Amino acid sequence: MPSKMHNAGRVAHARRMVQQLRIEASIERIKVSKASSDLMRYCGEHAKSDPLLMGLGASENPFKDKKPWSK
Amino acid sequence: MRSPRVPEMATQEVQPNETLTHLKTESDTLKTKLEEERAKLHDVELHQVAEKVDGLGQFIMKTRRTLKGHGNKVLCMDWCKDKRRIVSSSQDGKVIVWDAFTTNKEHAVTMPCTWVMACAYAPSGCAVACGGLDNKCSVYPLSLDKNENLAAKKKSVAMHTNYLSACSFTNSDMQILTSSGDGTCALWDVESGQLLQSFHGHAADVLCLDLAPSETGNTFVSGGCDKKANVWDMRSGQCIQSFETHESDINSVRYYPSGDAFASGSDDATCRLYDLRADREVAIYSKESIIFGVSSVDFSLSGRLLFGGYNDYTINVWDVLKGTRVSILFGHENRVSTLRVSPDGTAFCTGSWDHTLRVWA
Repeated sequence: MPSKMHNAGRVAHARRMVQQLRIEASIERIKVSKASSDLMRYCGEHAKSDPLLMGLGASENPFKDKKPWSK
Repeated sequence: MRSPRVPEMATQEVQPNETLTHLKTESDTLKTKLEEERAKLHDVELHQVAEKVDGLGQFIMKTRRTLKGHGNKVLCMDWCKDKRRIVSSSQDGKVIVWDAFTTNKEHAVTMPCTWVMACAYAPSGCAVACGGLDNKCSVYPLSLDKNENLAAKKKSVAMHTNYLSACSFTNSDMQILTSSGDGTCALWDVESGQLLQSFHGHAADVLCLDLAPSETGNTFVSGGCDKKANVWDMRSGQCIQSFETHESDINSVRYYPSGDAFASGSDDATCRLYDLRADREVAIYSKESIIFGVSSVDFSLSGRLLFGGYNDYTINVWDVLKGTRVSILFGHENRVSTLRVSPDGTAFCTGSWDHTLRVWA
């Protein structure tokens, strides 16, 4: 019964999709305003220890030589 | 750390009246519900909340080292935890380990295939993993003896049915996570080569992956040619969240340092930020003048800066919070194909189709 087996395959796939969507639909979410302020707070707390953000000088950054470097 | 509420799973056998139509209807209902739930919490934009944050000044970042030695396009690179060594792989089949401070090559291996699209450094610094068109991921222990033939000690770990696009060790040398053109991701035991878990859900090639920072638990994110970014539970193999807002292939995904969000880079010329707890896209990094795809993205240590390597040979630096571009860097003479910030955040390295790698600071 080729058409029955084909249909069973499609039904199985559709069931997996529904189960997947049930999981995704049920997770707990927070507001974007709260998520945003948490991201901002993390950036603020770690800014001082971010070398690329702060721009370390030659004495602290091993890639920045004290001598002039030609590429 | 929040944990998802898992609903009771349907375990009954297929009922005679559980037709395709019923399932399709339920599927559509759930998708609508998902959109509604996400929309309810969309009370503000990230860049609006970020208006009260100080703007960033001018950035002066330059090429500080150029690593020359590959004979063809550089496709991938990774930093060693020691913050100075780098492994890179190329279309010419070579995998090279460099000391980025001195630019010396410390090891070189020739793979049996061309297009080595993926490489990764082991956390111990004692091995590297790589693979590509051979459909495998192999691990090479690094020897202190420069004369030793590394290829002889090669260990085949992962086997996919299409090309290997990305690989990463987990937090030890013992497990490797891979993604493949065969549409799956997989977790492998390095010692035995055993498949520990496989991850099915992408509808096309998976191009990239990134592991969540270890404090946030056992999850990882993957991106693919189906335009989706999926977040996975490593233990169960379950896809727990999925995001589909890009308009083309997702070439790169990278977690924000806190683990609460991740960035993506796509052939649609945009980078995007997805917050995992809000379960939605919260920022798009784009400009009308940027029309070429993004190949790779990474964050600075605090997460304030997002670096993107582009197919138009440039690197664009974005203010993650405000959504604006703060700098554009020139130097490569062909596409930027790979980009990683160093483990201590003092520099970032790019690899390019111009055969070179550059270290910027």
